[in-house]
Amino acid sequence: MKSLEELHAIRKKMQGRVGVRAENENQIRVVVGMATCGIASGARPVLTALSDAVQEQNLSDKINVTQTGCIGLCQYEPIVEVIEPGREKVTYVKMTPEKALEVLRIHLIGGQVVAKYTLSAAQGNRTD
Amino acid sequence: MYRSHVLVCGGTGCTSSGSQRIIDRLKKEIAANGLSEEVGVVKTGCFGLCALGPIMIVYPEGTFYSMVQEDDIPEIVAEHLLKGRIVTRLLYDETTKADKIIPLNETNFYKKQHRVALRNCGVINPENIEEYIGTGGYEALGVVLTEKTPEDVIQILLDSGLRGRGGAGFPTGLKWRFAAQNDADQKYVCCNADEGDPGAFMDRSILEGDPHAVLEAMAIAGYAIGASQGYIYVRAEYPIAVKRLEIAIGQAREYGLLGENIFDSGFNFDIELRLGAGAFVCGEETALMTSIEGNRGEPRPRPPFPALKGLFQKPTILNNVETFANIPQIIVNGPEWFASMGTEKSKGTKVFALGGKINNTGLVEVPMGTTLREIVEEIGGGIPNGKKFKAAQTGGPSGGCIPAEHLDVPIDYDNLKAIGSMMGSGGLIVMDEDTCMVDIAKFFLEFTVDESCGKCTPCRIGTRRMLEILEKITKGQAEMEDLDKLEELCRHLQSASLCALGQTAPNPVLSTLRYFRDEYIAHIVDKKCPAGVCKDLLHYRIDPDKCRGCTLCARICPADAIIGRVKEVHMINPEKCVKCGACMEKCRFGAIYKE
Repeated sequence: MKSLEELHAIRKKMQGRVGVRAENENQIRVVVGMATCGIASGARPVLTALSDAVQEQNLSDKINVTQTGCIGLCQYEPIVEVIEPGREKVTYVKMTPEKALEVLRIHLIGGQVVAKYTLSAAQGNRTD
Repeated sequence: MYRSHVLVCGGTGCTSSGSQRIIDRLKKEIAANGLSEEVGVVKTGCFGLCALGPIMIVYPEGTFYSMVQEDDIPEIVAEHLLKGRIVTRLLYDETTKADKIIPLNETNFYKKQHRVALRNCGVINPENIEEYIGTGGYEALGVVLTEKTPEDVIQILLDSGLRGRGGAGFPTGLKWRFAAQNDADQKYVCCNADEGDPGAFMDRSILEGDPHAVLEAMAIAGYAIGASQGYIYVRAEYPIAVKRLEIAIGQAREYGLLGENIFDSGFNFDIELRLGAGAFVCGEETALMTSIEGNRGEPRPRPPFPALKGLFQKPTILNNVETFANIPQIIVNGPEWFASMGTEKSKGTKVFALGGKINNTGLVEVPMGTTLREIVEEIGGGIPNGKKFKAAQTGGPSGGCIPAEHLDVPIDYDNLKAIGSMMGSGGLIVMDEDTCMVDIAKFFLEFTVDESCGKCTPCRIGTRRMLEILEKITKGQAEMEDLDKLEELCRHLQSASLCALGQTAPNPVLSTLRYFRDEYIAHIVDKKCPAGVCKDLLHYRIDPDKCRGCTLCARICPADAIIGRVKEVHMINPEKCVKCGACMEKCRFGAIYKE
């Protein structure tokens, strides 16, 4: 070890990973439905894509990516729910890893709900 | 990169209840379910709640599973790790109150705790230096070597108010300053990991859960006093701690955090392990250094103090494991942060090993000034089987007993001393109403008699004579004047013994005499043991009104001491009775009692 920068590089690399073990109530919770229906329609790549991206970008102390069982809307799986303290829950449906990363970039980091992927948008399309 | 981390406790408590088998099975099941790329298994140090081991925490959910058995693993993997359905039957029941899963740090056991020395225990993999760096490790050493002078470091410690956690409570900064001021071609930094008090496992857990914190602090100490060599004196009876220290030292050398020219500052420092063979006296600083030198572990008179002439006659500082574990945090967060915790004269937190008659046996870290009541009743979950609290023993064989009347005293160095006990290294043994205080004093005296090194007469012979008097008392053969003799011996040992082992050996006797003198008198005058522990003063009897003559007691008595025919009142022959209590336990009519 020759400098603090060298130490900080290792720290940065590891921080996101160890940060998965952090718990605090101000975290944004991102919940991926991982019941049989979710897994069958491709929830696992969505979950891993989100989890990896959050760790790589060192956001795991702010964003908690976790999984849950069947949410009850099997036809819309893979479903990703975003629960921010003090804000209404947003439900994204028919996710793919690419769409999920877009949600991460625009909503979780940028603060803007990606309306086109939400449950209400999907239901609106169907009634049209 | 893993989306989920399964932390399994690899501390001594959980290892002995089978956590390694759980880890092996977990890895197998995870692979069988195709999750090896997604779920990582991490063996950590102690979580603290040893009573509920083996313990497992699943992140990012923070799900706390307790008393996990190997057969539970397939369900955990298939349900929780694969499908996100928590296995509620294995949850720690404190986290499932009111039909809702509450976070671990809001449970009674954890909510009053404040983890500084234990901050990484149960969080990181102690065998991976990068995880330690990921939680801010080696930052303090880097900052110290690149931005601070040795005097700065000592001043930070003085400002923080940190006092030695090994028991005596000497200000750490002052100790370092004395060693720094003495010029010598070579100085040494030693770490005392010879934890020997019965019931104490704080240092062990820190070494097992976060060994790098100790290495980092020792390197900082080396820089502050001008030493290039450190020794950790650790008990050979702590195999997991020794193994993890060896791994940690190897990794630190590999990363250039030990060795030459650390952080390109020109500072060199290396650490070696020395294994102690388990003599209690080697926890005493001069005996410890004598043992490192390769000689028989015996103390020598002070002065000269180690800061002037210590290991190999060179200026040396010796600090306890827990003291070291606090230091990197103090450097990173500042002395004000540390000094904001605790009481006026005792800053920071203290780790206690909670044992004895208590529900949540385990490892706890609380701010100084927390009351004994909070530790016993809230964190410890009270006393099992609805029994009453009688006393808590702190400080091991050098400490004393704290009775119920002092439950609300804020715990710090000075308060404990004022009520006749001491902080000690942090063993805290809870005793309920079934404990005989004379018997407890005898237990600790037996320990000191065994462990006295024999070098000085007061300790070698004095402890033996004290034990003989205590034995007389518990056998009902003592007179009241024996109590005076006992107290006189106590005073001689305190003033004339060479080292702290002998000087403090009378403490268990003096403190029980102070608070439970009536029990001593009951043994001597009434020839009775009020708690019903001392066998020689105990008599089992059969109540003729209650006995139905079922013969059960006579059949199970191992000494054939019970006589009587079917449907006739039975009797116990006191000559033959070995006082095992088996008859009383088995009698269906409650006819047998002891007095």
